[in-house]
Amino acid sequence: MPRDASLPIAIRQIAKSYGPVRALDNVDLDISSGEFLTLLGPSGSGKTTLLMVLAGFTRPDQGSLKFGDTEVIRTAPHKRDVGMVFQSYALFPHMDVAANIAFPLKLRGVPKAETAARVARALEMVQLAGYGDRRIAALSGGQRQRVALARAIVFEPRILLMDEPLSALDKQLREHMQIELRRLHEALGITTVYVTHDQREALTMSDRIAVINHGRVMQLGTPRQIYERPANRFVAEFIGESTFLPVQPSAAGYSYAGQALHLPPDMPAGRHHLLMLRPERLRLLAGETPERCNVLAGTVQHLIYQGDSVLVQVALADGTPVAVRAAATSLALAALPAPGAAVRLALAPEDTALLADDDA
Amino acid sequence: MTGPHAPAPNVLALKRDALTERLTLFSLSLPALALVVIIMVVPVVWLFWLSAFADDGSLSLVNYQRLVIQPSYGRILLATFEISALCTGICVLLGYPLAYILSQLSPRTAGLCMMGVLMPFWTSILVRTYAWLVLLQRHGLVNDWGISLGLWDKPLTLVYNFSGTLIGLIHIMLPFLVLPLYGSMRAINADYLRAAANLGASPTRAFWAVFFPLSLPGLLAGSLIVFILCLGAYVTPEMLGGGKVIMVANAIATDIQMFFNWGAASALGVVLLLLTGLVLWIAARLARLDEVFGGHGT
Repeated sequence: MPRDASLPIAIRQIAKSYGPVRALDNVDLDISSGEFLTLLGPSGSGKTTLLMVLAGFTRPDQGSLKFGDTEVIRTAPHKRDVGMVFQSYALFPHMDVAANIAFPLKLRGVPKAETAARVARALEMVQLAGYGDRRIAALSGGQRQRVALARAIVFEPRILLMDEPLSALDKQLREHMQIELRRLHEALGITTVYVTHDQREALTMSDRIAVINHGRVMQLGTPRQIYERPANRFVAEFIGESTFLPVQPSAAGYSYAGQALHLPPDMPAGRHHLLMLRPERLRLLAGETPERCNVLAGTVQHLIYQGDSVLVQVALADGTPVAVRAAATSLALAALPAPGAAVRLALAPEDTALLADDDA
Repeated sequence: MTGPHAPAPNVLALKRDALTERLTLFSLSLPALALVVIIMVVPVVWLFWLSAFADDGSLSLVNYQRLVIQPSYGRILLATFEISALCTGICVLLGYPLAYILSQLSPRTAGLCMMGVLMPFWTSILVRTYAWLVLLQRHGLVNDWGISLGLWDKPLTLVYNFSGTLIGLIHIMLPFLVLPLYGSMRAINADYLRAAANLGASPTRAFWAVFFPLSLPGLLAGSLIVFILCLGAYVTPEMLGGGKVIMVANAIATDIQMFFNWGAASALGVVLLLLTGLVLWIAARLARLDEVFGGHGT
């Protein structure tokens, strides 16, 4: 490629209010060149507003936005040179597939022969070779998604924005497209900002995830950091299943129900109030208690068979319900305790996560 | 277990239910259907019937021959199409920007503005035409203001001629263009324009490459309604044309009121009906062409 394949994005103090509602509340965010960053949040969190600011469709009240070294906050959308895949795909219904993909090239004065070659290459890249003369109305949802993607990358933008592009697809196709988008991103190396409310999608695809709520970045980190060391209760609850137990500060660190907790070495500093339990990080103990392990005692309430695993619902001594995910191999199934049985749950120190209770 | 040749259950009963359902639906449309037959189909057939008889009551094509032989009828038809086409064209020029602005406003504001567009419908066509007489006559409001503002020296003849008829017709027809056009513009997903901008199209470019083609079905529908309504215009040319503008409907009225010649009037009516049908057929072909290029997708 004649120019850099991608550009970094620097977002500084961007704010946008709609009346009394603060859609974006002084957002600061740095996205590295070539990174796949996902904006993850519930609906109304401001993630789409932020993407619209990046594309230039929403004018913020304040802030700075740089693509590389260029300030673009006042640049009109058609001069920003970023690719975008819309949630509705926004494929022009009065043009066929090839004309849709050729549209950005035509606007840039690319010669006809080269346009045809690049359209063909883009179609190949999204595995739709030979679909150029199809009408948009004749395409399936997944095919439209691919055409929208081809149109967004055919003019070699250095930044690609995607607004919940897979939300209209059924589960199987969605999971397939997640892998394919990831592969395409690796092939192109283009800086990508991806908006979704689907936590699994975010975990699967991203280099880093920015969890957004109330127009603010609640946490920025790799999928593993976000999942295993959530910064606060909101992030922990939004991503994955979790139960929270109150903890008290003690001489050595923290304790739950009078029992000192073994903590991981990389425990973040600060005041913590809650112990986070993830069902798949808990283990049903049989026999000896392993060394340096946090152990909780309780009674089995229900066993729920879920195909790929079994969810064991346990009530702790004080009645708090905790879920444990157990493997569904025949051997493990046979060894599962019956409802009413007393059980002990083990939690490795590395899987022990403490967090603050407030949402700040 | 039922064997492979055992009769399947409820086949006849289900078929009967389906038939009953269809008959029920049909019976619901029966009153409207009867009305259409009585007030539309019967008179049209009667019209054809009348036009096929000469004055002496014999079956002949003399009424149609007259249309061809007398040059005045050709002129009337030509004038009718000329006025209709001109009126449609000017309505498009005035109505398209109006509908576009309305479609870009918030639905609430657009609704209020739409009231303004629809307001003329609240008064009778006769009242509106008289109002134009008051405005456009020799010493009417328009001429008085134009002269006092120094825009022109002598009173312009704005009414009792071709231009008066045209002004009156445009005023009456404009809402018929704006309504369907506005509807089709509202239906254009704003994401199409965002996508066009994102791909590098300036607002002007995005309008011509994306918005305008997608608004064409609505424009075609509106133009068609206006054109066809114009073809049958009677009141406006009668009152604002000053006897100089004779459209087909006026000629029909004259044939009946002055010459009591039902045959001639019917023949003119039949010709107008057929020509209108032809216009509709051509428009349908154009619309199908539009479908080939893709109508509104998702």
